[in-house]
Amino acid sequence: MGLELYLDLLSQPCRAVYIFAKKNGIPFELRPVELIRGQHLSDAFAQVNPLKKVPALRDGDFTLTESVAILLYLTRKYKVPDYWYPQDLQARALVDEYLAWQHTALRRNCLRTLWHKVMFPVFMGEPVSPQMLAATLAELDVTLQLLEDKFLQNKAFLTGPHISLADLVAITELMHPVGAGCQVFEGRPKLAAWRQRVEAAVGKDLFREAHEVILKAKDFPPADPTTKQKLMPRVLAMIQ
Amino acid sequence: HHYSKEYIDINPLRRLPGLKDGKFILSKSMAILFYLCRKYSTPSHWYPPDLHTRARVDKFMAWQHTAIQLPMSKMLWIKLLIPMITGEEVSAEKTEQTLEEVKNSLKLFEEKFLQDKLFITGDKISLTDSVALVDMMQVPWGGNHNVFLNSSKLAKWRMRVELAIGSVLFWEAHEWLVMLAEWDCSTLDPMVQERICEFLQK
Repeated sequence: MGLELYLDLLSQPCRAVYIFAKKNGIPFELRPVELIRGQHLSDAFAQVNPLKKVPALRDGDFTLTESVAILLYLTRKYKVPDYWYPQDLQARALVDEYLAWQHTALRRNCLRTLWHKVMFPVFMGEPVSPQMLAATLAELDVTLQLLEDKFLQNKAFLTGPHISLADLVAITELMHPVGAGCQVFEGRPKLAAWRQRVEAAVGKDLFREAHEVILKAKDFPPADPTTKQKLMPRVLAMIQ
Repeated sequence: HHYSKEYIDINPLRRLPGLKDGKFILSKSMAILFYLCRKYSTPSHWYPPDLHTRARVDKFMAWQHTAIQLPMSKMLWIKLLIPMITGEEVSAEKTEQTLEEVKNSLKLFEEKFLQDKLFITGDKISLTDSVALVDMMQVPWGGNHNVFLNSSKLAKWRMRVELAIGSVLFWEAHEWLVMLAEWDCSTLDPMVQERICEFLQK
C-alpha cells in the first residue's frame, strides 16, 4: 500500500494538501472522508486518526495528522522544488512564521465566516444573529488587513518573489469565505493581484478542481436531525 | 546558544516574542525556535532529522497552537490578569469552561503525545517538550490550578524537562511568572487596559 491521503475538499487544510500533492506529482491514493455525513466520526476512520480530523496521511505503518506537518513531510520525502520551503535560512523562517501565525488568525476567522454565514443557517438550520455575523466579518476584515500589511506588503508572494507553502495555505483558507459568498478580494487590489499570481503558479485547472466543493457550500442540502446532532458538539468546539 | 530559546517566553504583557538578527526580524516563537536550531546547529535531539520523528515534532507544534497554548493562556488571563487589571472576576461559567478545555488538552497530551515515553519524541528532550511545558507553566502560577499536582505522569515529565534544560536556567526563564502575581498594574497603559476589557466581553 502506497501513500494514502484522507481528505475532504470541503476542509481548508485538506485543499492545501491536495493541491500540493497533485502539483508536485506525488503519487497517492485519495481516501475521501465526507465531513457533512459525519464519516470522520466513524470507527473505521478512528483507526487512521483517533482525533477524528482531516487531513490525515498514511504511509505504510506511519500515520500523520496536522496539515502543516503533512505538507512538511511531503516536502522532505518527495524532494519538491526548493521554493515551496526554501533551504535559505531566512526565507524558510518567514514561511515558518506565516504557518505559525495562521492557526489562530486567518484559519480561525475564515472557518467562523463560513459557519456563521452559510453552514449554520443553511446546513444546520440554526440561524445566526446579525450581530454575531457582523462581528465575525469584522474580525475577518482585520485579519485580511494584517495579511496584507504584515505578510504580503509589496512582495509578489507572502514570503518573497516565489510561491511557497505559506501562499498555498493562505489561499485555500481565503476560499472559505469566498465559498460563503464573501467578496474578500473586492476593494483589496493587492490581495486580488496576489490571488491571480498564486492561481497561475498552482495551475488554474488544479485550483478550480480543488475548490469545486467549497464553492458549492451554499447549496448543501440541510442536514438530517441525526447527522446534525452528531456533528454539532464538535463543530461548536472547532469554531470557538 | 541552544538554551537561549528559553528566554523566548510568551509574556502576555509585552508584544509577541521577537528576534532581530542584523536586519532580519522574525516573530512567532515557533519560527524563532526553528531558526535558532538551524542557524546555530544545535544538537539534533532538539529537532530530530529522521523523517518520521521530525514529522511528529511538526505535528505537535501545529496541534499545540489551538490545543494547548490557547486554553493555557486563557486560564492565565481569566484567573490572574483580568481580575488584576479590571478588578472583576470572570464568570464562574466561563472559568469552568476554560478549565474543562485545559483538562481535555492535558488528557490528549498525555494519551496521544507523551504516552509512556520519557519525552515527547522518545528518550531525549526536543523542542516539543520545551514548548509544551512553557505553555503549561502559565496555569499553576497564573491560574492556581496546578496541572502537575493532578497527574504524576505530567509531574515526572515536568521534572525531566526542567533537569534537561537545567534548573537555574529554567527558573530564570520563568521569573516573570513569579513576579506577575506581584505586578502593580496601575502602571498599565490605559489603551491596553481598554483592549483587555474588550477581550473580557468576548
